[in-house]
Amino acid sequence: MNLHEYQSKALFRRFGIPVPASVVVREPGDLDSLRDSLPGEGWVAKAQVHAGGRGKAGGVRVARDESALRKAVGDLLGGTLSTHQTGSRGLPINVLLVESLTGIRHEYYLSMLVDRATRRVTVMASAAGGMDIEAVAAQSPERILTEAVDPVTGLSDFQSRKLGFALGLDRSQIGSLGRILTALYRLFRECDASLVEVNPLVVTDAGELLALDAKVNLDDNALYRHPDLLEMRDISQEDPAEAEATEHDLNYIRLDGSIGCMVNGAGLAMATMDLIKLHGGEPANFLDVGGGTTAERVAEAFKLILSDANVRAILVNIFGGIVRCDLIAEGILKAVEEAHVAVPLVVRLEGTNVELGRKLLAESGVDVIAADGLTDAARKVVAAVGEAS
Amino acid sequence: MSVLVDRDTRVICQGFTGRQGTFHSEQALAYGTKLVGGVTPGKGGQRHLDLPVFNTVEGAVRETGAEACMIYVPPAFAADAILESVDAGIRVIVCITEGVPVLDMLEVAEVLEHSESRLIGPNCPGVITPGECKVGIMPGAIHLPGRVGIVSRSGTLTYEAVYQTTQSGLGQSTCIGIGGDPIHGLDFIDCLRLFEDDPQTEGIIMVGEIGGNSEEQAAVFIRDHVNKPVVAYIAGVTAPAGKRMGHAGAIISGGQGTAEQKFAALEAAGVSVVRSPADMGERLRELLAGSAEIPR
Repeated sequence: MNLHEYQSKALFRRFGIPVPASVVVREPGDLDSLRDSLPGEGWVAKAQVHAGGRGKAGGVRVARDESALRKAVGDLLGGTLSTHQTGSRGLPINVLLVESLTGIRHEYYLSMLVDRATRRVTVMASAAGGMDIEAVAAQSPERILTEAVDPVTGLSDFQSRKLGFALGLDRSQIGSLGRILTALYRLFRECDASLVEVNPLVVTDAGELLALDAKVNLDDNALYRHPDLLEMRDISQEDPAEAEATEHDLNYIRLDGSIGCMVNGAGLAMATMDLIKLHGGEPANFLDVGGGTTAERVAEAFKLILSDANVRAILVNIFGGIVRCDLIAEGILKAVEEAHVAVPLVVRLEGTNVELGRKLLAESGVDVIAADGLTDAARKVVAAVGEAS
Repeated sequence: MSVLVDRDTRVICQGFTGRQGTFHSEQALAYGTKLVGGVTPGKGGQRHLDLPVFNTVEGAVRETGAEACMIYVPPAFAADAILESVDAGIRVIVCITEGVPVLDMLEVAEVLEHSESRLIGPNCPGVITPGECKVGIMPGAIHLPGRVGIVSRSGTLTYEAVYQTTQSGLGQSTCIGIGGDPIHGLDFIDCLRLFEDDPQTEGIIMVGEIGGNSEEQAAVFIRDHVNKPVVAYIAGVTAPAGKRMGHAGAIISGGQGTAEQKFAALEAAGVSVVRSPADMGERLRELLAGSAEIPR
């Protein structure tokens, strides 16, 4: 689960990490107390959407006086923002974060994440702050410093000092960096984060360290122990179909193609998409109906697939392990009836009770194209789309 | 021969009396697995499926001599269950549970570093030596005792590879589903090493997917240390960047961990890669049929 910048900064404050003074704006009236809460010579208004690249996309506006700020807020609030990470549809801007402008002497990059290779929480830092860190990693990896944290001892002071010296900070800043990193690590552990990123961490004109941006992603698997963080979920930032899928314990991701897929198992679901592509088609979605599939979930899965107007054929690919193929077949028939499937439907069943499952489909009178094996299924569904267009 | 488990392996189940534990213990017994008991804290002394229930893994090991364990407990208790099995000296720990918090697994990984125990999973189908011992949720009936070692990050794709090698009559020595989570126990390299050293295993199928770089590391290991024919397939060529494709580990971030990079690394290492998941069994059959001519 992703948090907004304003939510991440609220967590930063709770853990003692310095962030700029700010006002959260949900309607223009929220600016009325601005003079009291954010005195200063200028402000920045930042669109709160779940995507990077906000600055380049026009989602971050600097205002030198109050009328300019009101205009920026009016422009952004209630609109949508498209960045290179959102796709063309963009994301709705329902909240703005307004902060006092900060005088910046230097920008740094800081993050913490779980590194699979070392099996440790790893701190990344770079003096190339404020930039696209993936580009830095690709072009000049030597500019990124890393420290792996021993889960037994936690982040040690010497590790923070190493990073501080390597970044070229002065003595008092190195002390601040140590306090910030210790707090970030505490936040990471106590909130079950999967990523904490500060880009940029700045040295202000006054020589102090300040987290100018903040990004926190949480481990979905651990949300059960953080009901307070779960309340921060913003469904407006999620694809409606994907959010609906989550409600039904389905894993659904919408893509741009025309062939809807319903598969059991994440690996097989990806492999099915690849197979469609290999045979000249384009998958419309990733959909894993899971191991313990019921007829109801199959029906919900069909509804999701059909909610995408681009879908011109559907491929069902089930390898019945513990799940019996006859139960899956019953689910398909029920779903076809309820969801009014009007596009060609190719079904490949394999595994436990497969003969019974195939017989049920064949005798049902429902218009199902039976496939024998993976390759046959892919060919048939790609051909079906070809005929439909 | 086989790897990790065989007909003599004494197995216990954690979460024994729960719904999942009960169902899959019944399946394991029906398959012929030497299941010798189970653990459910607070139900020690009872009997379940005509087998003894223990309060602790330590007690179960003392009374039954168990050396392998399958774990069917909810995600919140999975890390603790693994640690308990490590502490009790269980040799092979199979954690089926899906949805274990990553930070819990970091602590487990640290403890495993300093132990003799081997963990399979979490979020995996488990391990099976066909005809001898089934420790996991895979459908036993599709397997056939035979010559191929299978290692995979995905459950249902493992079944595909199994099914194809059963259809072609090759059969399997042992099949290991290492799980789809970013932090897990045995990795490709561990399993490849086991298969390379196992006389029964004549060829290997490796099924990877997007995310991380363990397939790339495996490619280097195969080049340097594996003499048996290896067929590899990677799922996720069409996966968009930054999206989590079902498995927590299956996410491409910052251009790292793409299927194309993995295919390229494996090809460069001389591994026989297939672009279609339908071709895994057939390709290995061809390699084994003409194995004398494979330049390695």
